[in-house]
Parts: sequence; structure tokens; C-alpha cells
Amino acid sequence: MEEHFHQHISRQFNQELESLRQDVMTMGGLAEQMILDAVNALINGESVRAEQVIENDHQVNEMEKQIDQQCIQILARRQPTASDLRLVMAIIKTVNDIERVGDEAEQIAKMAIRLVSRDRPRNNYREIEAMGSHVRAMIRDALDGFARLEPEVAVQLKRQDEKVDAEYEAILRQYYSYLVEEPRNTSRILDSIWIARSLERIGDHAKNIGEYIVYMVEGKDIRRATAEEIEKSLVDATH
Amino acid sequence: MVTTINQNAGLDANRPHLKLDHESIALEATGLNLYYGETQALKDISMQIASERVTAFIGPSGCGKSTLLRCFNRMNDLVDTCRIEGCIEIDGEDIYHPSVDVPELRRKVGMVFQKPNPFPKSIYDNIAYGLRLQGVKSKRTLDEVVERSLKKAALWDEVKDRLDDNAFGLSGGQQQRLVIARAIAIEPEIILLDEPCSALDPISTAKVEELIIDLKESYTIVIVTHNMQQAARVSDFTAYMYLGELIEYDDTAKLFTNPSKKATEDYITGRYG
Repeated sequence: MEEHFHQHISRQFNQELESLRQDVMTMGGLAEQMILDAVNALINGESVRAEQVIENDHQVNEMEKQIDQQCIQILARRQPTASDLRLVMAIIKTVNDIERVGDEAEQIAKMAIRLVSRDRPRNNYREIEAMGSHVRAMIRDALDGFARLEPEVAVQLKRQDEKVDAEYEAILRQYYSYLVEEPRNTSRILDSIWIARSLERIGDHAKNIGEYIVYMVEGKDIRRATAEEIEKSLVDATH
Repeated sequence: MVTTINQNAGLDANRPHLKLDHESIALEATGLNLYYGETQALKDISMQIASERVTAFIGPSGCGKSTLLRCFNRMNDLVDTCRIEGCIEIDGEDIYHPSVDVPELRRKVGMVFQKPNPFPKSIYDNIAYGLRLQGVKSKRTLDEVVERSLKKAALWDEVKDRLDDNAFGLSGGQQQRLVIARAIAIEPEIILLDEPCSALDPISTAKVEELIIDLKESYTIVIVTHNMQQAARVSDFTAYMYLGELIEYDDTAKLFTNPSKKATEDYITGRYG
């Protein structure tokens, strides 16, 4: 399927689509790195690293604009159809989600800067670290699935997102009890809740990208379908 | 020579047979085979054409799309070596039945070609020609039909003050709309358009495309085009043909966003070659 996008009679069109795909991967890679840096900045109390995340978010924003511009050019000048059209649509939506991932990482970085000067919790944000590594893996899986045009990744991402949602619920319950038990740490706990919320959102964005991959490869809109429904529709497609 | 073959031919599961459940049917071809001498130009085509809709035929040169179009008003009869099997029905009547009055069929199924072909006469006489041929003499009737046809063809405002001028004085795009007006004047049911815009500039093309969309309110339109974007813009249904076969036939919206056949996909995305 990958070479499918290199088979146009127009070599220039092949190059345009290839460069678009590479730009999406670069942008996604940058956002993924930002999640890691933001969470590590929190855990290690590194404000310089957090500043760097905030700086990188500008780059992600710029890349979204530039990729959208490339897509608009292709729509206007090539009038893509079928899988080419779906690729362009999927890219427009994917970069929107990646840009949001960048925003969430930036939020986490801002919180990390505020929390540098405060007392650290006894477990040093272990639950945030765990959740951070889960959603970062989801973004990586989504990008791999995008690069390899593998719709199956959507099922996996949907299931992982359900787990992350459950993890978020558990963290909220834990933090609510801290609010009662440690009133002097209220401010830190509230900031931690915001961080968990940002991570939960990143999981949603990864899940969305999985849905766009299915649309791109199969032409099916599986938004709001359950993992089982998605799985079934992919099995049907191969028969 | 025409033989009506098994009516169910072409309806098996692997055929790209579009079910037009919610449409009334203007024309139906069943198991159509066409040969030019030894060469088979159409292979077992079965399809329905929806009434008062635009149906486009696309495909590479030599795929049989023009040949198929020409079957619909028996223009292929003019080719000596041409032999046709199968059945084409319009209003439930086999148009290849020996009792069919061919000029009457061509009145009912009008045709417009790639290059505008006005007669070397005035604009008025071009439109009135068909009616006069039918014996209509009343000046008032002729005036009415000329005005109505030119209006329907979106040409009236441009020519109303010079109806007596020679039609050759019109631009290419105007000539093509004149020819369409001439086809409309004799009240056909179906209008066949064979590459109607390929000799026109973009503005004239856009006008003819607008006209095609307007015309489907009263007529069934079948258009052959090399320009896929044109098919995507104007048609309700699209048929992709290749080497004499109907490969895929579907709603235009579906065919251009998610075709079911890889061959169609390769063609419309420019991978055919």
C-alpha cells in the first residue's frame, strides 16, 4: 500500500504526497518528544527543559500551517480523488490533532515550571510518569500506523485509549483524596489534575489519528464506533 | 443483426451492475456485445441509465465509451462492419427491433458531438431545421420553439438580437450551445453528449457544464468525457469502462471518493499508464 502513493503518472504529484507524509511524521515526532520532555521536566524539576517544550510548540504550530497550505495546494491544483483525496483529508485532520498534542505538552510544561519551586509528592508523580509513557506510546503507534498505512492500529489505539481513560479516573480519585488529606498542597494537587487531564486528552488525539488511518486506507468513517465494531469492519473489508 | 440474448446475462454478482432502485429508468442495455469486423469493441454490457439524471462514461481512449453512447441512438448502424448483439430498451421497447423507425428514434435520442457542427445557416434556421423537417410551418410555433430552445440552452440573451446572422459567426462555445439548442428544439427524451467540451475554452466549458446541469431537469443526459473532473462535476452517475468492458458503475460521489475496483482507482487517480 505504501508504494501506492508513488505510482502516479505525474512524478511531481508523487513527490508532493511523499513530502507531505514526511512532514506529518516529522511534526508527529516532534510532538511525541515534547510529551516526554514535559513529563521529565516535571519529574526532575527541570525548568530549562520545560522552557524548551514551550519553544517547540511554536514549531509544531508553524508546521501545522505549512502542511495545511501544502494540502490546500494539492486540492486546488491536483483535484485528488479516491485514496489520494482521502490521504489529503486524513492529513489535514491528523495535523490538527498533532497540533493539539503539542498544546497539551506545552500546558504540562507550564505546570512543570510552576511546580519546580514546590514540595514534591512522596512518590514523585509516579502515576503521571506512567500515564505519560502510555499516551506517548499511543502517539508513536498512531504515527507508525500512519506511516505504514495500517488500519488495524485503530483498534489497538481505541483499546489503549479506554485504558488511559480508566487510569485518568483512578488518578482523579486519588488526587481528590489528597485534597482532603493534605490541604496545604492544594495548589500542587490542582496543577497535577490539570496535567493528568492533558495526558488524557493526548490519548484521545492518538485515538482520533487511528480513526483517520482507517478512513484513509478503507474509506470508512469509524468515528464513535467501539473497538469491536472497528475490528469487525476491518475483517469484513479483507473478505 | 440483432439477437436478444439471455436477459439475466450480466447480472451476476461480479458485475458492476448499479441498482438504480430509487430512479426511474430511461434506458436499459442488457448483454450488449458489439463487434467491428473481428474486433469486439463492447463486451457484455448491462446497465441502466437513470431518467432525468446525468450519467458520465469515462475511460481511456479506445475503451468503448463513445461506441456505447452511439449504440443508444443507433449511430453505429452507419458503420458497415458493425455487428451488435444484446438488447437496448427505451421505454420498454427494443430499439434494435426491425420495426423501429430509426429517424424517430434519433428524434427521441438527440446527440451532440465533440466539434460544434452548426448548419451553414442562420441561428434561427439552425434551431427551426428539425421542426421544419417534421413539417411545422407556422411562423408563430417556430418563433416560440426557437426562443424556448435558445433560452434552455442559455444562449438566448447572447443571440436574441441577431437571430438572422450566420451561425458560423458565433464563438465555439456559443456554437456548441446552439447545437444543444437545436437538439432540444425537437423535444428529445435523451441527449447524448460525446466529448461536448473538448474543443472549448475553460469559460465556454463552464457554461456548457452549467447547461448540462440545468438540462437534467427535463432530459436524461449521457455524456462521454475524457475530462474526469468534468464527470465528477456534472454527473450523478459515472461508469468507468476499459477495453470494452464496464468495470465500475456507481454514484459519482462514491466512485470519485471510494471506488470499489482498483482499476477504477488507478484510472481516476492518474496511475493508469
